Amino acid sequence: MVRTIVNGVEHELDVWPGASLLGMLRDDLELAGSKNACEQGECGSCSVWLDGDLVCSCLVPAIQADGAAVRTVESLADGGTLHTVQDAFLRAGAVQCGFCIPGLVVATADLLEREADPSDETIREALAGNLCRCTGYQKILEAVHLAAEELS
Amino acid sequence: MDAFLPRTLAEALELRAAHPDAVPVAGGTDLMVAVNFGRARPPALLDLSRVEELRGWSRENGRIHLRAGTTFARIALELRAFRPLVEASRSVGSPQIRNRATIGGNVCTASPAGDGIPVLAAYDADIVLASGARERRVPWHEFFVGPKRTIIEPDELIVGLEWREIAGPGSFAKVGTRNAMVIAIAGICLQLDPESRSVRLALGSVAPTVVRATEAERFAASAISWDDPARPLAAADVAEFGRLAAAGASPIDDVRGSAAYRRHAVEVLAQRALHWTLDDRRVAA
Repeated sequence: MVRTIVNGVEHELDVWPGASLLGMLRDDLELAGSKNACEQGECGSCSVWLDGDLVCSCLVPAIQADGAAVRTVESLADGGTLHTVQDAFLRAGAVQCGFCIPGLVVATADLLEREADPSDETIREALAGNLCRCTGYQKILEAVHLAAEELS
Repeated sequence: MDAFLPRTLAEALELRAAHPDAVPVAGGTDLMVAVNFGRARPPALLDLSRVEELRGWSRENGRIHLRAGTTFARIALELRAFRPLVEASRSVGSPQIRNRATIGGNVCTASPAGDGIPVLAAYDADIVLASGARERRVPWHEFFVGPKRTIIEPDELIVGLEWREIAGPGSFAKVGTRNAMVIAIAGICLQLDPESRSVRLALGSVAPTVVRATEAERFAASAISWDDPARPLAAADVAEFGRLAAAGASPIDDVRGSAAYRRHAVEVLAQRALHWTLDDRRVAA
């Protein structure tokens, strides 16, 4: 049994011990925002917060979430109102196919919680674990700067 | 599949002895790749992530004790005085990976490409192993016996890494196709020890285990002017150091790079690292 708090809601789940946190979120809790892409920590599409730390949920055994608090991309928007980072990604044109975006939005929100006005270099290092095959990253950098401005 | 979730080291060691088939998991960043792809189906997991005694580090009588469950993110943040260790830690995976992956896991996986291992080799670190009955310290070069093979016993856990603190400058460098999320094609760690007037050079990804380039070390120790940090090393000496470093490698061709490229990379990285550390030494003086 895994007892965990996901986006503020308590759950008690019977999961296979080899299951990943990503599998638990998507299959048991039907939170499909975190994407299942590479399953080896390469792409960052499954990024969530585990007790406040940014992690690849595909590489966290679900059993490690027992007693922990998980925050997913679903926690960011307030009903129909997008989070500042999500809105900045849209406005900067940083979203094309969109598959990588939940992970990039979570990683960006994580960065901006720690650093209000990051340099390009800092952004590149912070987002190095998130792959995008569409945009070429330039508009993503612009989106992060835009979000940083909006949040300050 | 079973799962054991100990909260103390004593509990973890008891479970380890009682269930030798259970695979210990700390950050999970190596193990879960194998599980996700069906390459590993351990009968049980022994989760070490909530054992507080396995996290953190301390300094005592000139020796550093780094606990095995400390993440690379925490090492990069807290062990600032150990520059090669910080550089290696920052080069591991991505922020997401560094928030989970631990130095003990890196040692346990025992890949010749493990980024933390060349640093531990250059520090001449001991691997601290514990079972319910005993604790023992094994020099790093006796611990790794082949690619992903170590001498750890089925009832043991890696609990820490220990080394004598070295005052001199050092540097870590690796080459790969990009800055992040890369398995090193070649990696090196160079450490100067002014107290014993010795040089340590460890090579990663270029032999079945991480190795020390002892001939290059001896040559550099005799070529460096230990009394005058301002005196530069002759270009011919730097070149010879690089040549001897490359000769200390025994690489193979694989998907990441050819043996010839790896030898060349070691030569270049060793020369650069020597420049950097001697520069740091001059500036510090």
